[in-house]
Amino acid sequence: MDTPPGAIGVETIGMTKRFGAFAALDDVSMKIEAGGFHALLGENGAGKSTLVKCVMGFYAPTAGSVLVDGREAEITNPKGAQARGLGMVYQHFTLVPSLTGAENLVISRADAPAILDWKAERAALSAFMAGMPFRLNLDRPVAELAAGEKQKLEIVKQLYLKARFLILDEPTSVLTPDEAEGVLGLLRAMTDRGALTVLMISHKFREVETFARSLSVLRRGRLVGGGAVGDLSRDDMAAMMIGERVVRPIAARIGVPDAAREILRIEALDATDASGLRRIAIADLRVRAREIVGIAGVSGNGQKELADVLGGQIRAAGGRVAVAGEPYTGRRAQSRARRVRFIPEEPLRNACAPRMSVAENLAFRAFDRRGEDPSGPPTLWLDRGAMTRRAKDLIARFKVKTASSEAPIATLSGGNVQRAVLARELTDPVDLLIVVNPCFGLDFAAVSEIRTRIVAARNAGAAVLLISEDLDEILELSDRIVVMSDGRLVYETAAATAEIGTIGRHMAGHH
Amino acid sequence: MVADTAPSSLTVAPSRSSAFLRIRAWLARRSEAVAIPVGAAALGFLLFGLFLAALGKSPVQLVDIVWRGGFGSPFALGNSLQRAAPLLFAALCVALPARLGLVVIGGEGAIVLGGLAAAAAAQPLSALPALLAVPLMACAAALVGAVWIGSVGWLQAYRGVNATISSLLLSYIAIALANHLIEGPLRDPTSLNKPSTLPVGDAFMLGPMPVIGVHWGLGCGVIACLIAYGLMDRTTLGFAARIAGGNVRAAQIQGLPVGRLIVGFTALGGAFAALAGFFEVVAVQGTANGTLAAGYGYTGILVAFLARQNPIAIVPVAFLLGGIEASSGLIQRRMQLPDATVLVLEGLLFLVVLMSETLYGRFKLFNPHLWAEKRAPVPSARVPA
Repeated sequence: MDTPPGAIGVETIGMTKRFGAFAALDDVSMKIEAGGFHALLGENGAGKSTLVKCVMGFYAPTAGSVLVDGREAEITNPKGAQARGLGMVYQHFTLVPSLTGAENLVISRADAPAILDWKAERAALSAFMAGMPFRLNLDRPVAELAAGEKQKLEIVKQLYLKARFLILDEPTSVLTPDEAEGVLGLLRAMTDRGALTVLMISHKFREVETFARSLSVLRRGRLVGGGAVGDLSRDDMAAMMIGERVVRPIAARIGVPDAAREILRIEALDATDASGLRRIAIADLRVRAREIVGIAGVSGNGQKELADVLGGQIRAAGGRVAVAGEPYTGRRAQSRARRVRFIPEEPLRNACAPRMSVAENLAFRAFDRRGEDPSGPPTLWLDRGAMTRRAKDLIARFKVKTASSEAPIATLSGGNVQRAVLARELTDPVDLLIVVNPCFGLDFAAVSEIRTRIVAARNAGAAVLLISEDLDEILELSDRIVVMSDGRLVYETAAATAEIGTIGRHMAGHH
Repeated sequence: MVADTAPSSLTVAPSRSSAFLRIRAWLARRSEAVAIPVGAAALGFLLFGLFLAALGKSPVQLVDIVWRGGFGSPFALGNSLQRAAPLLFAALCVALPARLGLVVIGGEGAIVLGGLAAAAAAQPLSALPALLAVPLMACAAALVGAVWIGSVGWLQAYRGVNATISSLLLSYIAIALANHLIEGPLRDPTSLNKPSTLPVGDAFMLGPMPVIGVHWGLGCGVIACLIAYGLMDRTTLGFAARIAGGNVRAAQIQGLPVGRLIVGFTALGGAFAALAGFFEVVAVQGTANGTLAAGYGYTGILVAFLARQNPIAIVPVAFLLGGIEASSGLIQRRMQLPDATVLVLEGLLFLVVLMSETLYGRFKLFNPHLWAEKRAPVPSARVPA
């Protein structure tokens, strides 16, 4: 097991992938030189993942071919891609949590024997690791590794499998800024030595500018531009990604937080998730009227548990959550009386019943009120007529694209599901709005529209608690930023004076 | 990512949807729930026909016998309807929890305990007039069934115990408990070779309904199905249950009392199943004995799944299955087939119906949202971008 002998170049020629008559990828020809560090930019749904999946053999392209090192390569499955030295690191982890790093590496090998000689494997692994840019402890179970270490292990795994062309799908979405810089810097160094070629899917201009040497931009399945990094400004790149579409600017925050009206107050909150492994301890958190408080943090530092407590999904073991001075546990009567709305992340998974219709999903908040009027008196009889009327009204007002109000909500795109959820939750006056990763996985247009609605709710006087793993989103929307790390709130700053480096250090747990 | 991009091509202009298109879409959406189970049942019968042919028996003769034994004469019809009555209740015990996403398969236990409770209640109530005592016996049965199956719901909602497994195991316990009581403390000393409780007495026995000539369990069963339908589809409680069944996280975030909904609807299902036992005692057997565990609870599972957990659809399906079961004796005698033959048929039907569950939302014909699209996205095939 020696280090890869050298980088290979990959070229796609006229790559096209159709699903029925819909072209997810339309005649994309792109060349990535051996030893290059190439960035692939594009909105959600622009065809980036489809392109790399075609290269990796997950999809059979409708037309087009792949050249590996100048020779046509018929890659029909990921194994074939691996055999040719192509490897891919996914956004989500693919390691077995209960196994150690070493075990994960060895079992991933296609030629691993049925009975392992661990002594020999270990010797081979330490020889292999000596040539790696990353230092990793391979004897610890993966479950105990931090996200950055896991991501490094994923990359090491590909190199161990002799990948000389590495595809990274948004590799830094789970890392702190420092970790991201470390990992990408080391990969860049490998490409500079000619040991590796990297193709990186990314949303982050800063990363692309710092680490990539060249870039391509996809829009609606077509290659719309590209070139050397440095020749293109951020505005150029954004313009290529978005095209001619008009993106609504986010409404400005109007007015200042109402210091006298404290809406949400959390004191000495103590809670544990269902598995009992993750504990949060929130000493003190307050959100005032007309204020957006952003909770920043790397995924898995207790944000989900905090959201679950506020959404009534897990019960606090101790402490106090109060809304407008009264205890709050997320019960329906409480959220109605105190006008609390909760918009969870991944709305299709957490806020909708996928197989129920759009109209039914839109009715979740008001179905038990007479005439589907959220402020009406309670009723035992379901009013289907009112349900459909209200659904049609909301679909029109929030521009939800759907075949009909009777279509199952699972048939809508992510942006339209989120629009439907916002339509349901934000149509009446709101005092407290809790949102979790509201723009995760949505395209530009949907993102700006949804952020505008959140700011509009704030301007109208709502207290907003924004829990997000997207630091840019936090910086853009918040009045005040609080950093969450290891289940605690570790740092607080006014957004106006926020400094990214300091926030990043606290996110990483260095404080 | 593919799934993300697809719906952006989903542009059905409202202007294009004329009245005709709207009616077509409405019809299409509603016919799926009929066409797929009917198709699945047809396939099940076809497979059973092949099974018979492989045994050297004539499938045509079987159809003839089922017709004559289950539906062909007033006597056969009466027999089928009498068997359909407990199936209606038993199927509700599956269909109600199913709306909350629970698969409860232990209705048999609630039927047995319900029958036993009714028979046991008859003795202390014997001084009362029948008009008062019989409803009280029904209440006793329903209460026992509600507690029994409600505890399945409680275990699921508050202790995370799988409802399918707990309901099945509890039904074994229920049957064992009932046998113990029937053969021990509650045994009628005069019941020699067939241990039974004391007879409820002729005064407390229900006669046949007018015109149809079948006992009142049938009429009450149909009414129970109508009530269940109204509850599920016309009340806010039923809608809340469907939200919880559709996505329990979404229901929690909406602040719905998911635990109480689960306990309430499983308890109601158990109460219905227990009424099946009640009617077997007061309208058929006259006493509680081992024949209460005749398998109605298990056939009821098949009825509920064939009916797509729709309380209204349970009525015709229960009638059909009642007919098949009624003809089972004739099948044995005329075709020299073992009595397990009908079980083979029911098993085949069940398998095919379960497999057909994956077909919903796939046929363009039934899914208007696919009409405008160029390809068929299957929700389960969504890949994270």
